[in-house]
Amino acid sequence: MIDAILNYNFVQNAFLAAFFASLLCGIIGTVIVEKRLVSMSGGIAHASFGGIGLGYLIGVEPIIPGLGFSIFAALSISKINRSSHARADTLTGMFWAIGMALGIMFISLSSGYKPDMTTYLFGDILTVTDFYLNIMMVSTVVVVFIVVAFFDYWKGYMFDEEYMSVLGMNVVFMEKILFVLISCSIVILIKVVGIILSIALLTIPPSTAKLFTKNLKSMMVLSTVFGLMYNGGGLVISYYLNIPSGATIILFSSFVYFTLMIFRK
Amino acid sequence: MYDVEVNNINVYYGEVCALENASIMIRNKAFLGIIGPNGGGKSTLLKVLLHLKKPLSGAVKIREGLRLGYVPQHASFDRSFPISVKDVVLMGELEHTMKPFKKYKVSDMDKVNELLDLMKIEDLRDRQIGELSGGQLQKVLIARALVSNPDVLLLDEPSSSLDTATKIEVFEFLKKLNEKKTIVVVTHDMEHIFNYIDSIACVNKSIHYHDEDREISIDNIEEIFGCPINVLLQTGTLNRRVISRREDND
Repeated sequence: MIDAILNYNFVQNAFLAAFFASLLCGIIGTVIVEKRLVSMSGGIAHASFGGIGLGYLIGVEPIIPGLGFSIFAALSISKINRSSHARADTLTGMFWAIGMALGIMFISLSSGYKPDMTTYLFGDILTVTDFYLNIMMVSTVVVVFIVVAFFDYWKGYMFDEEYMSVLGMNVVFMEKILFVLISCSIVILIKVVGIILSIALLTIPPSTAKLFTKNLKSMMVLSTVFGLMYNGGGLVISYYLNIPSGATIILFSSFVYFTLMIFRK
Repeated sequence: MYDVEVNNINVYYGEVCALENASIMIRNKAFLGIIGPNGGGKSTLLKVLLHLKKPLSGAVKIREGLRLGYVPQHASFDRSFPISVKDVVLMGELEHTMKPFKKYKVSDMDKVNELLDLMKIEDLRDRQIGELSGGQLQKVLIARALVSNPDVLLLDEPSSSLDTATKIEVFEFLKKLNEKKTIVVVTHDMEHIFNYIDSIACVNKSIHYHDEDREISIDNIEEIFGCPINVLLQTGTLNRRVISRREDND
């Protein structure tokens, strides 16, 4: 394993990708869990599949239109939710399905070689390119900076949005920013564990952290640590057993979570 | 001198009318009780004053420079959220111009400690809010509203789900605050509120408002609630100005 890390670029990329993913799981995952945005995040993740399909159709790096689709879905849910009677969970379900349907449609329309979609559905951390890694790094820095720099405001917003409004804060703007950050994080995680499993990686580390702390900041830090452990551990296990990395990471992390949960009780 | 002047507002949630041609004037240093049936628009009225809800028509005038403090209902947030008592109160110190890497000042912390002392919950400073009793949480929310030193304090059902002793403690505390501040309380607590308020507004789509110099009759309240109010009579809390001549002054 050490040999592989030293000698193969793709293994190095895999570990760096796991590192960035862990930071995002820790910070954005905590926000998603505490702000109760889990199912909406699932919708955003699946909506990105439409963009990935479009990327194949028009021949650009799929992750870029993928990001566009998830941001569009997230902002639409936010906008429609505030201006009509349609409920967020209903909309989320729709965007979820529409994104997947568009993805399948676009891919079937693309000529010639049909790509293997399981990479996007279940992730393949060993195929992270240098280009993708750069996107991950920039997004991670942006997400971490915005959350850390305005931490007290985010904390207030997550806890009691109405009160932030009373204090004169533009909570609609904050919600939009947050949804864009969630979209970026999910798209980054797609390469690591895939669309279908990304929600697990966003919720399991924070949930594990919550077993040990009742402080938001510690929860973010601790959940990053658990994320590192889950991603790193899953990666090592999948390498030695030669099994799919995304599924291994999820199964390994849920095993640890449930064990700790029983143990803590 | 009025702190707040609301003139003929109409407020809708979609097609549903919450307030219709509602008007109210709130005097400086009034202790105003807002009562009325569920769904009658009491909380909506508070939301309009706080600019959380825009009326479709009509005018809301709040005296210039006046600061409002707000104590929401318990149910409006998640009690399992990982936040401590101290941090909830500090939230009241956030300014709306967001500064990156904002640090709370020492004076902010002192103010928080002072308020927690005043409300006798200083030993709960570092507790997570889910570990508090209803009464303790109520005090934390009041402290959060007070930390920015508001001129008007608006409270939405501060006494619901509290035991009698705590209710009285909260109302007594509000009475003390009333020496310097205007207090507006939305409440269902007909048993205690009449001992503290000096004006009352019955909100049921429209507002029937009664101030010091005017009086409200039992018939009047009954009409507004649509049910008899024996409770009030039994406990003898309908005092002084509340029982007397019948009138309809809106």
